[in-house]
Amino acid sequence: MNFEFTEEQLMIRKAAKDYAERELIQDVLERDAKAEYPTRHVKNLAELGFMGMLVDHKYDGGGMDAVSYVLAMEEISKIDSSLGVIISVNNSLVCYGIEKYGTEEQKEKYLKPLARGEKIGAFLLSEPEAGSDATSQKTTAKDKGDHYIINGVKNWITSANTASTYVVAAQTYPEKRHHGINVFIVDRNSQGISLGPHEDKMGMRSSDTHSVMFTDVKVPKENRIGDDGFGFTFAMKTLEAGRIGIAAQAVGIAAGALDRAIQYSKERKAFGKVLAKHQAIAFKISDMAVKVENARNLCLKAAWLKDQGKPFGLASAMAKQYAADIAMEVTTEAVQIFGGYGYVKEYHVERLMREAKLTQIYEGTSEIQKIVISRALLKD
Amino acid sequence: MKILVCISNVPDTTTKIRFKDDNTAFDTTGVQWIINPWDELALTRAIELKETSGEAIEKITVVSVGPKTAEPTIRKALAIGADDAIRIDAEPKDAYFVAAQLAVVAKDYDIVLNGIEACDYNGSAVGGMLSEFLEYPSVSAVSKLEIENGEIKVSREIDGGTEVLTTQLPFVAIVQKGIAKEPRIPSMRGIMMARKKPLNIVEAVEAEVLTEFESFELPPAKAACKMVDAENVKELVDLLHNEAKVI
Ligand SMILES: Cc1cc2nc3c(=O)[nH]c(=O)nc-3n(C[C@H](O)[C@H](O)[C@H](O)COP(=O)(O)OP(=O)(O)OC[C@H]3O[C@@H](n4cnc5c(N)ncnc54)[C@H](O)[C@@H]3O)c2cc1C
Ligand SMILES: Cc1cc2nc3c(=O)[nH]c(=O)nc-3n(C[C@H](O)[C@H](O)[C@H](O)COP(=O)(O)OP(=O)(O)OC[C@H]3O[C@@H](n4cnc5c(N)ncnc54)[C@H](O)[C@@H]3O)c2cc1C
Repeated sequence: MNFEFTEEQLMIRKAAKDYAERELIQDVLERDAKAEYPTRHVKNLAELGFMGMLVDHKYDGGGMDAVSYVLAMEEISKIDSSLGVIISVNNSLVCYGIEKYGTEEQKEKYLKPLARGEKIGAFLLSEPEAGSDATSQKTTAKDKGDHYIINGVKNWITSANTASTYVVAAQTYPEKRHHGINVFIVDRNSQGISLGPHEDKMGMRSSDTHSVMFTDVKVPKENRIGDDGFGFTFAMKTLEAGRIGIAAQAVGIAAGALDRAIQYSKERKAFGKVLAKHQAIAFKISDMAVKVENARNLCLKAAWLKDQGKPFGLASAMAKQYAADIAMEVTTEAVQIFGGYGYVKEYHVERLMREAKLTQIYEGTSEIQKIVISRALLKD
Repeated sequence: MKILVCISNVPDTTTKIRFKDDNTAFDTTGVQWIINPWDELALTRAIELKETSGEAIEKITVVSVGPKTAEPTIRKALAIGADDAIRIDAEPKDAYFVAAQLAVVAKDYDIVLNGIEACDYNGSAVGGMLSEFLEYPSVSAVSKLEIENGEIKVSREIDGGTEVLTTQLPFVAIVQKGIAKEPRIPSMRGIMMARKKPLNIVEAVEAEVLTEFESFELPPAKAACKMVDAENVKELVDLLHNEAKVI
């Protein structure tokens, strides 16, 4: 057992922290208000290597371990979790999926530019009527010999507008239910793809979210990932990894709220003493800190298992569910500690509370995580 | 052209300072170490020059006088973008001792960069002493360093204005605010390369230690803020005169 980070892990955490505290903080409120995409930051973070940090050097990635990734994701999300989700979808859903299950040709053509951060990826699984139940895909992919034709609608797609590379799930054999699902790498500029309007979200407003319509979109056969019918397994496996990123994002949101609450409670006076000297507030801080530390440790455990090449699905579901739920609790308490000031935008904690809510919903709701966890524990 | 950046391993600027051994030594327990902020800016400027000056700059070396525990800080400098590093294996005992060590390796470089002060002991002494040891010209309080057509142009802040100088090589620049905008953040690639770059360990040379700490004292705690009623100008003047003794 060893709780020490390596020198490299510490350097990565510091690099993420420095960027967040120096750059992201400057326009985070404005981008939230205007729901403006962080083009400049995505470019800078790509240059620093964050967009493809988990991808092997061989494919132009950063070659970092999952522990480093968790540390970076926490620091970035403390300040701005919109950047957190953009980095997370690119790294741990799109790049991870292609790197683990793609062919050498697919990696050469699609993974490398994604890992370098020159291109952005999106992961298109959810549909208007297939959210938690991803098995009931309505989007179809008809096999036409040397290509497929895709028709249907995908919903809630992060980076849909900025991405050039889509990883899309669709049903090829409806009678086989989820065993009939395939996943394809689709060029965003393909004919027949159109976007719904930008979703006006409660939080993470600086990330771009759209529905995506496919009308007779032609996709070459070599763009299918894995064997015929591998799509559902692909989606579940990549989400297992993706959840580590979202869990770390939730830890960051909670830790950011905790840091702000600690600072504020040492400055704000009520009844002749600072808030921190009121035990009711001090105990809130204590409860929040224990939750954040627990969530962080769950996250690091899942990341460590992944780095060791051990099964991490159960650990990542636990980390995601717990971190998301406590992020909601901790940010709500932070707003409470700030009182009226917490309810206005200037002090950030109301934004963190809005952002925390999303971590309980995407990449598998908290309820779905509990299904994953309990099934793993209760199976014979 | 070769650039040497002298880096000092200092406590993080948010460290709570405590003393031990009857207030004669700094208590380093729990301290996080960083590259002295001026030195980090000097390194950033060196890298910018290398990136923009074509072939003019062959390499950037960082050097630090310190024990093995200073190596993470040195590797951070390699991650930021220095090409190689030298650690002179000795406790940095005083400015004269440090400058004497640096002089041995600095001889091989055309531009030697020092920070205006190290934020641990704030001596502002090493750079000047080093240029004396080397018998190189030195410019202090440098806020801009440029290479134009192979010629070095430095600017320094003086009372009420800026002085622009050219200088021959080799020379020592003692840099301050303005030399670079922000310290560069290391990239993933840089971080992964850091251990692969050479970090040469050099024996210290004999040098005298000329100073010794008698004792340290913390500054007095900040007094509480006193509020004076806006109507009561007389009381304010009185307090400023008799208590704060500023007027
Ligand atoms: C901002 C945003 C970004 C997103 N980005 C992406 C993306 O990039 N790619 C992508 O594919 N998807 C994305 N999603 C979709 C997201 O993953 C889904 O919203 C999520 O999986 C939930 O699906 P749903 O919205 O259809 O809710 P539903 O599945 O309709 O769920 C509604 C409620 O019922 C509960 N519920 C459902 N089934 C059960 C059950 N069996 N037992 C108990 N409770 C249950 C849920 O937990 C939830 O509380 C994003 C969503 C949002 C909001
Ligand atoms: C563990 C430790 C023990 C010490 N013990 C003593 C002691 O017993 N007695 C005593 O008088 N002082 C002691 N010192 C302080 C030491 O003398 C100073 O680090 C040294 O004198 C430099 O002076 P300064 O910090 O004032 O540097 P400044 O002159 O303010 O530094 C200016 C610039 O010089 C360069 N520089 C400074 N130090 C180094 C270095 N070590 N390597 C490379 N470049 C450098 C940097 O570019 C820096 O920006 C100790 C320091 C440490 C870290």
